[in-house]
Amino acid sequence: MVKVVTSLGSTGLADWIVQRFTAILIALYVIFMVVYFFIHPNPTYSEWSTLFSNNWMRTCTFVVFLSIIMHAWVGLWIVSTDYLKHLAVRLIVQMAIIFTLLGCLVWSIEILWGL
Amino acid sequence: MTEAQARKLKVSVYRYNPDKDNKPYMQSYDVDTQLVNGQMLLDVLHVIRVDDPTLGFRQSCREGVCGSDGMNINGKNGLACVTKIVDLPNKITIRPLPGLPVVRDLIVDMSQFYRQYEKAEPYLQNDQPAPAKERLQSPEERAKLDGLYECILCACCSTSCPSFWWNPDKFLGPAALLQAERFLIDSRDNATEERLTALDDAYKVFRCRSIMNCVDVCPKGLNPTKAIAAIREKLIQEGT
Ligand code: SF4
Ligand code: SF4
Ligand code: FES
Repeated sequence: MVKVVTSLGSTGLADWIVQRFTAILIALYVIFMVVYFFIHPNPTYSEWSTLFSNNWMRTCTFVVFLSIIMHAWVGLWIVSTDYLKHLAVRLIVQMAIIFTLLGCLVWSIEILWGL
Repeated sequence: MTEAQARKLKVSVYRYNPDKDNKPYMQSYDVDTQLVNGQMLLDVLHVIRVDDPTLGFRQSCREGVCGSDGMNINGKNGLACVTKIVDLPNKITIRPLPGLPVVRDLIVDMSQFYRQYEKAEPYLQNDQPAPAKERLQSPEERAKLDGLYECILCACCSTSCPSFWWNPDKFLGPAALLQAERFLIDSRDNATEERLTALDDAYKVFRCRSIMNCVDVCPKGLNPTKAIAAIREKLIQEGT
Protein backbone atom coordinates (compact mmCIF):
# COMPACT_ATOMS: atom_id res chain seq x y z
CA MET A 1 0.00 0.00 0.00
CA VAL A 2 1.30 3.42 -0.88
CA LYS A 3 1.22 5.61 2.21
CA VAL A 4 1.65 9.24 1.37
CA VAL A 5 2.52 11.82 3.97
CA THR A 6 1.35 14.81 2.01
CA SER A 7 -2.10 13.43 1.24
CA LEU A 8 -4.89 14.72 3.44
CA GLY A 9 -6.59 11.48 4.42
CA SER A 10 -4.59 8.37 5.14
CA THR A 11 -6.21 6.48 2.29
CA GLY A 12 -7.63 7.15 -1.14
CA LEU A 13 -11.07 6.45 0.24
CA ALA A 14 -10.76 9.15 2.91
CA ASP A 15 -9.67 11.71 0.31
CA TRP A 16 -12.47 10.66 -1.98
CA ILE A 17 -15.09 11.03 0.74
CA VAL A 18 -13.67 14.39 1.86
CA GLN A 19 -13.92 15.65 -1.69
CA ARG A 20 -17.54 14.54 -2.20
CA PHE A 21 -18.68 15.70 1.24
CA THR A 22 -17.10 19.15 0.97
CA ALA A 23 -18.53 19.48 -2.54
CA ILE A 24 -22.02 19.02 -1.10
CA LEU A 25 -21.44 21.66 1.59
CA ILE A 26 -20.09 24.12 -0.97
CA ALA A 27 -23.04 23.47 -3.27
CA LEU A 28 -25.54 24.06 -0.45
CA TYR A 29 -23.85 27.33 0.44
CA VAL A 30 -23.89 28.47 -3.17
CA ILE A 31 -27.60 27.68 -3.37
CA PHE A 32 -28.22 29.66 -0.20
CA MET A 33 -26.29 32.61 -1.60
CA VAL A 34 -28.12 32.51 -4.91
CA VAL A 35 -31.45 32.53 -3.04
CA TYR A 36 -30.22 35.39 -0.84
CA PHE A 37 -29.26 37.49 -3.85
CA PHE A 38 -32.59 36.66 -5.43
CA ILE A 39 -34.37 38.12 -2.41
CA HIS A 40 -31.95 41.01 -2.01
CA PRO A 41 -30.77 41.79 -5.57
CA ASN A 42 -28.81 44.83 -4.39
CA PRO A 43 -27.98 44.32 -0.73
CA THR A 44 -27.14 47.49 1.13
CA TYR A 45 -24.21 47.61 3.49
CA SER A 46 -26.47 47.23 6.52
CA GLU A 47 -28.34 44.26 5.03
CA TRP A 48 -25.02 42.60 4.22
CA SER A 49 -23.52 43.23 7.66
CA THR A 50 -26.73 42.09 9.39
CA LEU A 51 -26.46 38.83 7.50
CA PHE A 52 -22.89 38.29 8.60
CA SER A 53 -23.38 39.52 12.16
CA ASN A 54 -25.39 36.37 12.76
CA ASN A 55 -23.05 33.85 14.38
CA TRP A 56 -24.72 30.98 12.54
CA MET A 57 -23.95 32.65 9.25
CA ARG A 58 -20.35 33.22 10.31
CA THR A 59 -19.90 29.66 11.43
CA CYS A 60 -21.48 28.21 8.29
CA THR A 61 -19.39 30.49 6.10
CA PHE A 62 -16.29 29.42 7.95
CA VAL A 63 -17.17 25.74 7.56
CA VAL A 64 -17.63 26.33 3.84
CA PHE A 65 -14.27 28.11 3.66
CA LEU A 66 -12.72 25.14 5.39
CA SER A 67 -14.48 22.83 2.91
CA ILE A 68 -13.16 24.80 -0.04
CA ILE A 69 -9.66 24.58 1.34
CA MET A 70 -9.82 20.84 1.98
CA HIS A 71 -11.46 20.28 -1.39
CA ALA A 72 -8.79 22.35 -3.11
CA TRP A 73 -6.01 20.57 -1.30
CA VAL A 74 -7.17 17.08 -2.26
CA GLY A 75 -7.62 18.18 -5.86
CA LEU A 76 -4.33 20.02 -6.14
CA TRP A 77 -2.49 17.21 -4.38
CA ILE A 78 -3.77 14.80 -7.04
CA VAL A 79 -2.85 17.15 -9.88
CA SER A 80 0.62 17.79 -8.46
CA THR A 81 1.37 14.08 -8.01
CA ASP A 82 0.21 13.46 -11.57
CA TYR A 83 2.25 16.13 -13.29
CA LEU A 84 5.19 17.05 -11.06
CA LYS A 85 7.51 14.10 -11.20
CA HIS A 86 10.55 15.81 -9.72
CA LEU A 87 10.35 15.29 -5.96
CA ALA A 88 11.87 18.62 -4.88
CA VAL A 89 9.75 20.62 -7.33
CA ARG A 90 6.64 18.78 -6.22
CA LEU A 91 7.32 19.37 -2.53
CA ILE A 92 8.01 23.07 -3.05
CA VAL A 93 4.80 23.50 -5.05
CA GLN A 94 2.83 21.51 -2.49
CA MET A 95 4.21 23.60 0.37
CA ALA A 96 3.33 26.79 -1.52
CA ILE A 97 -0.20 25.51 -2.01
CA ILE A 98 -0.53 24.59 1.69
CA PHE A 99 0.70 28.00 2.83
CA THR A 100 -1.58 29.83 0.43
CA LEU A 101 -4.60 27.79 1.52
CA LEU A 102 -3.83 28.16 5.22
CA GLY A 103 -3.28 31.87 4.68
CA CYS A 104 -6.73 32.11 3.10
CA LEU A 105 -8.21 30.26 6.06
CA VAL A 106 -6.69 32.65 8.61
CA TRP A 107 -7.74 35.58 6.47
CA SER A 108 -11.32 34.26 6.34
CA ILE A 109 -11.42 34.18 10.16
CA GLU A 110 -10.21 37.74 10.25
CA ILE A 111 -12.83 38.85 7.74
CA LEU A 112 -15.71 36.98 9.37
CA TRP A 113 -15.02 37.91 12.96
CA GLY A 114 -13.23 41.16 12.20
CA LEU A 115 -10.39 40.41 14.61
CA MET B 1 -12.77 -7.27 -52.89
CA THR B 2 -14.64 -5.94 -55.91
CA GLU B 3 -13.39 -3.30 -58.31
CA ALA B 4 -15.79 -0.66 -56.95
CA GLN B 5 -14.41 -0.99 -53.45
CA ALA B 6 -10.75 -0.72 -54.46
CA ARG B 7 -9.09 2.03 -52.47
CA LYS B 8 -5.62 3.49 -52.29
CA LEU B 9 -4.61 3.71 -48.68
CA LYS B 10 -1.88 5.91 -47.30
CA VAL B 11 -0.67 4.23 -44.16
CA SER B 12 1.70 6.11 -41.93
CA VAL B 13 3.41 3.84 -39.42
CA TYR B 14 5.50 4.63 -36.36
CA ARG B 15 8.96 3.14 -36.78
CA TYR B 16 11.62 2.77 -34.17
CA ASN B 17 14.43 0.30 -33.87
CA PRO B 18 16.44 1.24 -30.78
CA ASP B 19 19.50 -0.59 -32.14
CA LYS B 20 19.62 1.55 -35.27
CA ASP B 21 17.49 4.69 -34.91
CA ASN B 22 18.34 7.68 -32.77
CA LYS B 23 14.69 8.54 -32.52
CA PRO B 24 11.33 7.32 -33.76
CA TYR B 25 9.99 8.45 -37.14
CA MET B 26 6.85 7.96 -39.20
CA GLN B 27 7.10 5.92 -42.39
CA SER B 28 4.50 6.13 -45.11
CA TYR B 29 3.28 3.18 -47.19
CA ASP B 30 0.87 3.13 -50.12
CA VAL B 31 -1.43 0.16 -50.09
CA ASP B 32 -3.86 -0.84 -52.82
CA THR B 33 -6.76 -2.58 -51.09
CA GLN B 34 -7.06 -4.95 -54.07
CA LEU B 35 -3.86 -6.57 -52.87
CA VAL B 36 -5.20 -7.01 -49.35
CA ASN B 37 -6.33 -10.51 -48.59
CA GLY B 38 -8.97 -9.82 -45.93
CA GLN B 39 -11.10 -7.05 -44.49
CA MET B 40 -9.15 -5.98 -41.45
CA LEU B 41 -6.38 -3.51 -40.75
CA LEU B 42 -4.14 -6.40 -39.71
CA ASP B 43 -4.35 -7.69 -43.29
CA VAL B 44 -3.10 -4.29 -44.48
CA LEU B 45 -0.11 -4.59 -42.17
CA HIS B 46 0.66 -7.99 -43.68
CA VAL B 47 0.68 -6.50 -47.17
CA ILE B 48 3.08 -3.82 -45.92
CA ARG B 49 5.33 -6.40 -44.34
CA VAL B 50 5.61 -8.32 -47.63
CA ASP B 51 7.39 -5.27 -49.07
CA ASP B 52 9.11 -4.25 -45.88
CA PRO B 53 9.95 -7.24 -43.70
CA THR B 54 11.60 -4.97 -41.12
CA LEU B 55 8.21 -3.75 -39.82
CA GLY B 56 7.58 -5.14 -36.34
CA PHE B 57 4.13 -5.85 -34.87
CA ARG B 58 2.57 -8.58 -32.77
CA GLN B 59 -0.33 -10.79 -33.76
CA SER B 60 -1.50 -14.27 -33.11
CA CYS B 61 -5.17 -15.26 -33.24
CA ARG B 62 -6.21 -12.62 -35.82
CA GLU B 63 -9.77 -12.72 -34.47
CA GLY B 64 -9.86 -10.56 -31.35
CA VAL B 65 -9.17 -13.33 -28.86
CA CYS B 66 -5.51 -13.21 -27.91
CA GLY B 67 -5.05 -9.49 -27.35
CA SER B 68 -1.64 -9.24 -29.05
CA ASP B 69 -2.24 -6.60 -31.68
CA GLY B 70 -3.42 -3.63 -29.66
CA MET B 71 -2.22 -0.43 -31.33
CA ASN B 72 -3.16 3.20 -31.72
CA ILE B 73 -5.14 3.57 -34.94
CA ASN B 74 -5.86 7.13 -36.07
CA GLY B 75 -5.54 8.26 -32.47
CA LYS B 76 -7.69 5.55 -30.92
CA ASN B 77 -6.51 2.31 -29.38
CA GLY B 78 -7.86 -0.88 -30.87
CA LEU B 79 -7.05 -4.33 -32.18
CA ALA B 80 -5.84 -4.31 -35.79
CA CYS B 81 -7.42 -7.73 -36.40
CA VAL B 82 -10.96 -6.58 -35.66
CA THR B 83 -10.67 -3.06 -37.09
CA LYS B 84 -12.44 -3.10 -40.46
CA ILE B 85 -10.76 -1.35 -43.38
CA VAL B 86 -14.15 -0.04 -44.58
CA ASP B 87 -14.53 1.84 -41.30
CA LEU B 88 -11.22 3.67 -41.77
CA PRO B 89 -10.46 6.68 -43.95
CA ASN B 90 -7.88 6.39 -46.74
CA LYS B 91 -5.27 8.05 -44.58
CA ILE B 92 -4.39 5.81 -41.66
CA THR B 93 -1.89 6.59 -38.93
CA ILE B 94 -0.71 3.72 -36.76
CA ARG B 95 1.32 4.12 -33.60
CA PRO B 96 2.19 1.78 -30.76
CA LEU B 97 -0.02 1.78 -27.66
CA PRO B 98 0.72 5.06 -25.83
CA GLY B 99 2.49 5.21 -22.50
CA LEU B 100 4.45 1.97 -22.65
CA PRO B 101 8.11 1.67 -23.65
CA VAL B 102 8.57 0.75 -27.31
CA VAL B 103 10.54 -2.42 -27.97
CA ARG B 104 10.40 -1.97 -31.73
CA ASP B 105 7.96 -0.27 -34.10
CA LEU B 106 4.46 -1.26 -32.95
CA ILE B 107 5.70 -3.67 -30.30
CA VAL B 108 5.55 -2.33 -26.76
CA ASP B 109 6.94 -3.65 -23.50
CA MET B 110 3.90 -4.81 -21.52
CA SER B 111 5.77 -5.59 -18.26
CA GLN B 112 4.33 -2.67 -16.32
CA PHE B 113 0.82 -3.53 -17.49
CA TYR B 114 1.26 -7.12 -16.31
CA ARG B 115 2.78 -6.03 -13.00
CA GLN B 116 -0.41 -4.07 -12.27
CA TYR B 117 -2.47 -7.08 -13.31
CA GLU B 118 -0.51 -9.19 -10.86
CA LYS B 119 -1.32 -6.74 -8.05
CA ALA B 120 -5.01 -7.47 -8.59
CA GLU B 121 -4.25 -11.09 -7.54
CA PRO B 122 -6.25 -12.51 -10.43
CA TYR B 123 -6.90 -15.96 -9.04
CA LEU B 124 -9.46 -17.49 -6.67
CA GLN B 125 -8.56 -17.35 -3.00
CA ASN B 126 -10.52 -19.45 -0.55
CA ASP B 127 -9.31 -20.71 2.81
CA GLN B 128 -12.30 -23.00 3.41
CA PRO B 129 -11.62 -26.73 3.00
CA ALA B 130 -12.15 -27.68 -0.62
CA PRO B 131 -15.31 -29.73 -1.31
CA ALA B 132 -14.91 -33.24 -2.70
CA LYS B 133 -15.57 -32.23 -6.28
CA GLU B 134 -15.69 -28.53 -6.95
CA ARG B 135 -16.94 -25.24 -5.53
CA LEU B 136 -20.36 -24.78 -6.99
CA GLN B 137 -21.87 -21.51 -8.08
CA SER B 138 -25.53 -20.74 -8.76
CA PRO B 139 -26.41 -19.44 -12.23
CA GLU B 140 -27.16 -16.06 -10.62
CA GLU B 141 -23.74 -15.93 -8.96
CA ARG B 142 -22.11 -16.95 -12.20
CA ALA B 143 -24.00 -14.22 -14.07
CA LYS B 144 -22.27 -11.60 -11.95
CA LEU B 145 -19.00 -12.39 -13.72
CA ASP B 146 -20.41 -11.45 -17.11
CA GLY B 147 -18.81 -8.32 -18.47
CA LEU B 148 -15.71 -8.95 -16.36
CA TYR B 149 -14.26 -12.33 -17.29
CA GLU B 150 -14.15 -11.65 -21.05
CA CYS B 151 -11.12 -9.36 -20.86
CA ILE B 152 -8.29 -10.46 -23.16
CA LEU B 153 -5.64 -8.21 -21.57
CA CYS B 154 -4.95 -6.33 -24.79
CA ALA B 155 -4.07 -3.18 -22.79
CA CYS B 156 -6.04 -0.91 -25.13
CA CYS B 157 -7.89 0.50 -22.12
CA SER B 158 -5.05 1.08 -19.68
CA THR B 159 -2.86 2.69 -22.34
CA SER B 160 -5.65 5.12 -23.25
CA CYS B 161 -6.09 6.17 -19.63
CA PRO B 162 -4.33 9.42 -18.60
CA SER B 163 -4.25 8.30 -14.98
CA PHE B 164 -2.33 5.20 -16.08
CA TRP B 165 0.06 7.29 -18.20
CA TRP B 166 0.99 9.47 -15.24
CA ASN B 167 1.21 6.75 -12.59
CA PRO B 168 1.58 3.37 -14.33
CA ASP B 169 3.36 1.97 -11.28
CA LYS B 170 0.85 3.13 -8.64
CA PHE B 171 -2.56 3.31 -10.31
CA LEU B 172 -3.67 -0.19 -11.28
CA GLY B 173 -5.33 0.91 -14.50
CA PRO B 174 -8.71 -0.14 -15.92
CA ALA B 175 -7.70 -3.64 -17.07
CA ALA B 176 -6.32 -4.70 -13.68
CA LEU B 177 -9.22 -3.07 -11.83
CA LEU B 178 -11.72 -4.92 -14.01
CA GLN B 179 -10.01 -8.13 -12.86
CA ALA B 180 -9.96 -6.96 -9.26
CA GLU B 181 -13.73 -6.60 -9.41
CA ARG B 182 -14.08 -9.94 -11.18
CA PHE B 183 -12.56 -11.67 -8.13
CA LEU B 184 -14.21 -9.43 -5.55
CA ILE B 185 -17.68 -10.50 -6.66
CA ASP B 186 -16.88 -14.14 -7.32
CA SER B 187 -18.94 -16.16 -4.80
CA ARG B 188 -16.17 -18.76 -4.62
CA ASP B 189 -13.58 -16.25 -3.43
CA ASN B 190 -13.55 -15.34 0.26
CA ALA B 191 -10.55 -13.03 0.41
CA THR B 192 -12.80 -10.03 -0.26
CA GLU B 193 -11.76 -8.12 2.83
CA GLU B 194 -8.02 -8.56 2.26
CA ARG B 195 -8.47 -7.60 -1.37
CA LEU B 196 -10.31 -4.41 -0.43
CA THR B 197 -7.72 -3.45 2.18
CA ALA B 198 -4.98 -3.89 -0.38
CA LEU B 199 -6.83 -1.67 -2.86
CA ASP B 200 -7.47 1.22 -0.50
CA ASP B 201 -4.63 3.65 -1.01
CA ALA B 202 -4.41 7.03 -2.68
CA TYR B 203 -3.56 5.58 -6.09
CA LYS B 204 -4.56 2.02 -6.89
CA VAL B 205 -8.29 2.69 -7.41
CA PHE B 206 -8.82 6.34 -6.63
CA ARG B 207 -6.71 7.74 -9.46
CA CYS B 208 -9.57 6.86 -11.76
CA ARG B 209 -11.22 10.12 -12.69
CA SER B 210 -14.05 8.49 -14.63
CA ILE B 211 -12.95 9.91 -17.96
CA MET B 212 -14.16 6.66 -19.56
CA ASN B 213 -11.49 6.48 -22.25
CA CYS B 214 -11.23 2.82 -21.26
CA VAL B 215 -14.89 2.15 -22.04
CA ASP B 216 -14.56 4.02 -25.32
CA VAL B 217 -11.76 1.79 -26.65
CA CYS B 218 -12.35 -1.69 -25.22
CA PRO B 219 -12.59 -4.00 -28.25
CA LYS B 220 -14.58 -6.49 -26.19
CA GLY B 221 -17.18 -3.88 -25.25
CA LEU B 222 -16.39 -4.13 -21.54
CA ASN B 223 -16.93 -1.35 -19.03
CA PRO B 224 -13.99 -0.90 -16.62
CA THR B 225 -15.41 2.39 -15.31
CA LYS B 226 -18.47 0.57 -14.02
CA ALA B 227 -16.25 -2.06 -12.37
CA ILE B 228 -14.18 0.67 -10.75
CA ALA B 229 -17.31 2.36 -9.42
CA ALA B 230 -18.39 -0.99 -7.95
CA ILE B 231 -15.01 -1.37 -6.20
CA ARG B 232 -15.29 2.16 -4.86
CA GLU B 233 -18.74 1.39 -3.51
CA LYS B 234 -17.44 -1.71 -1.73
CA LEU B 235 -14.60 0.34 -0.24
CA ILE B 236 -17.08 2.91 1.04
CA GLN B 237 -19.24 0.23 2.62
CA GLU B 238 -16.19 -1.41 4.12
CA GLY B 239 -14.77 1.87 5.44
CA THR B 240 -17.91 3.37 6.96
S1 SF4 C 1 -12.56 5.83 -16.40
FE1 SF4 C 1 -10.87 5.66 -14.98
S2 SF4 C 1 -9.73 3.88 -15.65
FE2 SF4 C 1 -11.09 4.44 -17.34
S3 SF4 C 1 -9.83 5.76 -18.65
FE3 SF4 C 1 -10.89 7.05 -17.19
S4 SF4 C 1 -9.52 7.37 -15.48
FE4 SF4 C 1 -8.82 5.61 -16.66
S1 SF4 D 1 -10.83 -4.39 -20.54
FE1 SF4 D 1 -11.04 -4.44 -22.77
S2 SF4 D 1 -9.49 -2.98 -23.50
FE2 SF4 D 1 -8.98 -3.48 -21.40
S3 SF4 D 1 -7.48 -5.10 -21.55
FE3 SF4 D 1 -9.51 -6.04 -21.29
S4 SF4 D 1 -10.24 -6.42 -23.34
FE4 SF4 D 1 -8.53 -5.01 -23.54
S1 FES E 1 -4.35 -10.98 -33.26
FE1 FES E 1 -5.26 -11.80 -31.47
S2 FES E 1 -6.47 -10.13 -30.80
FE2 FES E 1 -5.75 -9.42 -32.69
